Amino acid sequence: MTALSARRAPRRRLGQPIAAILVAAAVLGVPFWLVVATAGKDQGEALDPNLSAPSQWHLWENFATVFTDGRMLSAFFGSLLVMVPSVVGVLVLGSMAAWILGRRGGRLTAAIYALGISGIVLPPAVVTIVLLLRQLGLAGTALGMIGVYMGMYLSTVIFFVTGFVRTIPHELEEAARVDGAGPVRVFIRIILPLLRPVLATATILICLYIWNDVFYALFVIGGRIDTLPLNLYQVASAGLYLQNWHLIFAYIILMSLPLLITFMVAQRRIISGITSGAVK
Amino acid sequence: MSSNALGVPRSRHRDHPLWFLIPALAVLVVFFFVPTLFNFVYAFTDWSSFKSAINFAGTDNFTSLFSNGTLLNSLKVTLVYAVLVALFQNLFGLGLALLLERDTAVNRAVRVAFFIPVVMSALAVGYIFQALLKPDGALNGILGWLTGTEVAIPWLGSTTWTIVVVAIVHAWKWMGLSMLIYLAGLKTINEDVLEAARLDGASRWTMFRAIRFPLLAPAVTFNVATALLGSMNGFDIVQATTEGGPGGTTELLNIFIFRTFGQGLFAQATTMSLVLFLMVAILAFPVIRYLRKREDVL
Repeated sequence: MTALSARRAPRRRLGQPIAAILVAAAVLGVPFWLVVATAGKDQGEALDPNLSAPSQWHLWENFATVFTDGRMLSAFFGSLLVMVPSVVGVLVLGSMAAWILGRRGGRLTAAIYALGISGIVLPPAVVTIVLLLRQLGLAGTALGMIGVYMGMYLSTVIFFVTGFVRTIPHELEEAARVDGAGPVRVFIRIILPLLRPVLATATILICLYIWNDVFYALFVIGGRIDTLPLNLYQVASAGLYLQNWHLIFAYIILMSLPLLITFMVAQRRIISGITSGAVK
Repeated sequence: MSSNALGVPRSRHRDHPLWFLIPALAVLVVFFFVPTLFNFVYAFTDWSSFKSAINFAGTDNFTSLFSNGTLLNSLKVTLVYAVLVALFQNLFGLGLALLLERDTAVNRAVRVAFFIPVVMSALAVGYIFQALLKPDGALNGILGWLTGTEVAIPWLGSTTWTIVVVAIVHAWKWMGLSMLIYLAGLKTINEDVLEAARLDGASRWTMFRAIRFPLLAPAVTFNVATALLGSMNGFDIVQATTEGGPGGTTELLNIFIFRTFGQGLFAQATTMSLVLFLMVAILAFPVIRYLRKREDVL
């Protein structure tokens, strides 16, 4: 037995890393190289995107072109404009609700909780949302988009945070209450700081969804406010017609950078945050 | 309130006032529940961009969508797509998790690399694969180089197989997430159990089939449920690769909704949105319950 595993171990020790790298190169390397190589070509060479290296690199020129033609700066700030308030909003409102839902018992609480988390599963009514926003005078506005995103992702926050609140010992709240703190104070001083790990996970997930969302944005703010995915859709819709693959891929590289850099910097925390929520 | 004498529940209610729920509920009602209710109303009207008045139209939208075949086609495509994505995403994710299970420097780096597509925009992923899968594109180039002949497979032009190809692209984008969940699941398995099986002479395959895979049930639940839900609501990848073509064979409900909305046929789009809502509501809960039950048996 030991002799067998001793004989097999060295081969596996060498074979496994090679297999891992080969799989990554084939499955990830090919598409990513296609993006970089094509983004470095001029229009003629990029007409039929292939894996050959550009005869001359035009990466920076292409970046400069899409940066102005794709209105990237305004798209970047547009994306931030809808994402930041949505995320802050769902975190604050969601944790307020989750604290109560996690602490109170009874049928009413259970019913509200069930309604509150139903949005995790149920798809938003994307067409009638537009109608409602028109009636409210919010169609095509950032505020309308923020409301829609909050309505979509509050469920996620309520679900994650309610589960977490139940693991927080009551004594921590009691101690503050004995000192005369009201519910608002207890929530801000005691509960919110304790929720940090679970809020970090929720922030990552929701940022990922909103930053990359194009479907709901097309309905609510398409053509009114620039966001990075919306402008990619425009660049690509015009670009495919004009066969501008080099510009499409240059745009993709630039728009992916903010999230990629964030991910690279905080990857360990992001990965552990996401997995901790899924497998209990 | 018989327990008031103890003072606990009363004070607890005062300590956790219901008004804390109001802001969240207000947002949910206005931006989630009211539009959903509207779905049930406006699906039965003739709301469109061509006239200003909205009139009741009975089940006209349903009958016209049903009789011209789009309703059943979109439903079928969405379901097939969801099942294929769930299948591929879990196969790829589990395969990667098993390949990269040991905590070595190489494995850690490769895991991070496989998470990059998860972070990227799905629309961008779709465009990348549109270029890769063109008849004269890179994939056929590689296949031609490997086989030594000219290969010109129209990956995105087949009325039968394109839906499978697009589902694989969807699975490619999300397999890093499934991999992470499976890796976390594998880590929770007790080393002693595996060691005992090893001493009993179990082969690697037997150990996987009889011990490790069953113990991964919670991870399977999460991965299958998220893959099904994500792909039933899919839009970006299909829009960027095929736009629902060829011949409507990849036209998901959301693609149809977006297209008809763009044509100003709001009531028809609403009808399909309602169909999607009902489909998810009818399917999601039994699927989740079934997967949960599988966990309990173990």
